[in-house]
Amino acid sequence: MASPLFVRNDMLPPLPPPAGERGVVKWLRENLFSSVLNSVLTLLACLAVLWLASFILPWLAHSVWNASSLAECREKIAASFGPEAAGPCWAVIRLRWNQFLFGLYPQAEYWRPTTAAALMMVSLSPVLYYGLRRPALNITVTMTVLLVLALIGLGTDWGHIVLSVAIMLALMAVAATAPKRLLWLTLLFPFIAFFLIWGGPIWTAVGTLAGFVIFALVWQFVQKPLGVVVGAGVGLVVAAIWWTSLQSSVTGVLAAALPWGLPYVVSDNIGGFLLAFVIGITAISASLPIGVLLALGRRSDMPLIHSLSVGFIEFFRGVPLITVLFAANFLLLYFLPPRTNFDLILRVIIVVIIFASAYIAEVIRGGLAALPRGQYEAADALGLDYWQAQRLIIMPQALKISIPGIVSSFIGLFKDTTLVALVGLMDPLQGVTKIVRSDNAWKGLYWEPYIFVGGIFFLVCFSMSRYSMYLERKLKTDHR
Amino acid sequence: MAEASKKMVVSDEVAIQITAMNKWYGQFHVLRDINMTVQRGERIVICGPSGSGKSTLIRCINRLEEHQSGQIIVDGTELTNDIKNIDKVRSEVGMVFQHFNLFPHLTILENCTLAPIWVRKVPRKEAEETAMHYLTKVKIPDQAHKYPGQLSGGQQQRVAIARSLCMKPRIMLFDEPTSALDPEMIKEVLDTMIQLAEEGMTMLCVTHEMGFAQAVANRVIFMDKGQIVEQNEPREFFNNPQSERTKLFLSQILGH
Ligand SMILES: Nc1ncnc2c1ncn2[C@@H]1O[C@H](COP(=O)(O)OP(=O)(O)OP(=O)(O)O)[C@@H](O)[C@H]1O
Ligand SMILES: [Mg+2]
Repeated sequence: MASPLFVRNDMLPPLPPPAGERGVVKWLRENLFSSVLNSVLTLLACLAVLWLASFILPWLAHSVWNASSLAECREKIAASFGPEAAGPCWAVIRLRWNQFLFGLYPQAEYWRPTTAAALMMVSLSPVLYYGLRRPALNITVTMTVLLVLALIGLGTDWGHIVLSVAIMLALMAVAATAPKRLLWLTLLFPFIAFFLIWGGPIWTAVGTLAGFVIFALVWQFVQKPLGVVVGAGVGLVVAAIWWTSLQSSVTGVLAAALPWGLPYVVSDNIGGFLLAFVIGITAISASLPIGVLLALGRRSDMPLIHSLSVGFIEFFRGVPLITVLFAANFLLLYFLPPRTNFDLILRVIIVVIIFASAYIAEVIRGGLAALPRGQYEAADALGLDYWQAQRLIIMPQALKISIPGIVSSFIGLFKDTTLVALVGLMDPLQGVTKIVRSDNAWKGLYWEPYIFVGGIFFLVCFSMSRYSMYLERKLKTDHR
Repeated sequence: MAEASKKMVVSDEVAIQITAMNKWYGQFHVLRDINMTVQRGERIVICGPSGSGKSTLIRCINRLEEHQSGQIIVDGTELTNDIKNIDKVRSEVGMVFQHFNLFPHLTILENCTLAPIWVRKVPRKEAEETAMHYLTKVKIPDQAHKYPGQLSGGQQQRVAIARSLCMKPRIMLFDEPTSALDPEMIKEVLDTMIQLAEEGMTMLCVTHEMGFAQAVANRVIFMDKGQIVEQNEPREFFNNPQSERTKLFLSQILGH
């Protein structure tokens, strides 16, 4: 028998991996025709796609872009493609796109929401790329260009174009010199947007902002001796006193002395995608921090905070959104001091925030539960206090785990903004479409507005979903 | 391992004083009447069978676990429900865990500077210099900008030690720091710990590395069923164990 001895005398050098087959044919064979069953399924799927296309493509090919009424559209289609042919009449979108975007917002004021949109993108840059000069500048420059084009396209007068561009140039200077400062724009943006979109005296926005400043100051002051939670509570009470009983008289005096402002736009006229974005974006940005607090509250050891959080979350997850929207419409007024004229859109925004926070809280709780206990222990052992541990160790990881869930909630929330039609607001899907179809010229129109609105919703939601995937890849540091 | 390292100074100053301490998990009496005193500069190895309460004991010392009766005084501060005392003790006591517990979303350097910056309020630049100093000491300065997930187990554990040291603790607790590691990596972690011992750090170490105990410990404590069964100077402890329980345990871990 041979001896089992084996000794390697020369070590093998590393070799590159084999090249392998490449190309379309290989991909097809591996992915689509790897077995008989797969080949059959591939063929069936192709047939189904062809079958659908055979209906949709001719229909799309018959599109009419220039017409002043549905009847004219039909005539044109009949003239070109025969009496049996059907086709979409995009002319309605061409003529009425501004109502889909802005509802009944006065034409002369279109520059205001448009500028607000550009400012929003700029104020997002420190959130997405904090302190990075290049992206901040890119976003600001791109937005300035787009804004000028949009304002010219909307037929804005030169005075307001110059004003808007001046603001953007100032922001560009900030982005170029101190990109971190843009965070101030982010903090102020809600008030700027509120002022731009609704108009009225500037002091209303300033007064509301002052309430938040009061809240922050009182909180800072009380937090030292009494703790974070008590501080926040006291701050909230003081701010509420300011908002409900002091603000209107103070801002009234200021408005009489310095009557600065923009023409007031009533909420009934705010509609279309403007409304969807106002509600969606406010709810998205407010529900995340509130959801984080609720999730922490639900995991808290303090029985009162725990049960309040659980009650809140379970209640709002248990009722349909439509119920809370109706509540916003009728009930909320009973809880407010009499004679406060609280705008319907604001009331709807508040309930949508509450509703979305409950969902976000549960998504984040899932992320928290997925973190190993060792992370908490290591944070404790290093002497970090509760809020430091949450902010620096726990939340960054929990939020990262929760990104897909959070974005799903956001996408659902954005699509749900169309439900506000049920309380009489002019959402793009039903509200605006109804107005368009009530015009005699377009009576009987059906698919076109829905396809257009649906397409825009798809674009927005699809971008959110892609962004979340980008974020997940970018934040992947665990290399597991 | 060098016998010489044992000649280090042990001062009279008391670092940790535990008196008549008891702890229960629900109905289960995990720690029973624990009494022990640790002088500053002492290096103590705690061993014992699985489930004997070793981890629980050292986790009580920085209040990761609460005790129900008796007294624990660390560096002159008694551990009570007072958050201030707890935070003070925790920033004086470093802890190294069996599973490292590094923060996976932060780089090695950020892991090491986080607590000094936020707890000790050290300026970032100074914190980074300190961190690099300790990372050099544990021999991985070149990994500072990687993430924990990119390091081997032994490297991660050395980072965990450096992270604790960055807080300049006066006492270090180790809970089985090498038992999740491959044999090759155990040595690199033990070398780091020996070096630390030679510099006079007060150390409490739960470990089954008897070589380490013989090389650096002043005292070995043997625990069973939540009690301290035997404690002795290491050479006597290994060569001349007194209780039957200790003899059985030693024969099991040294026998093969
Ligand atoms: N959170 C807990 N709740 C209830 N029982 C616990 C808990 N943690 C530990 N125990 C029990 O307490 C006892 C002591 O646990 P401990 O982790 O201190 O043991 P140990 O000596 O460190 O063991 P090992 O060598 O396996 O780490 C064990 O019986 C364990 O089951
Ligand atoms: Mg243990």
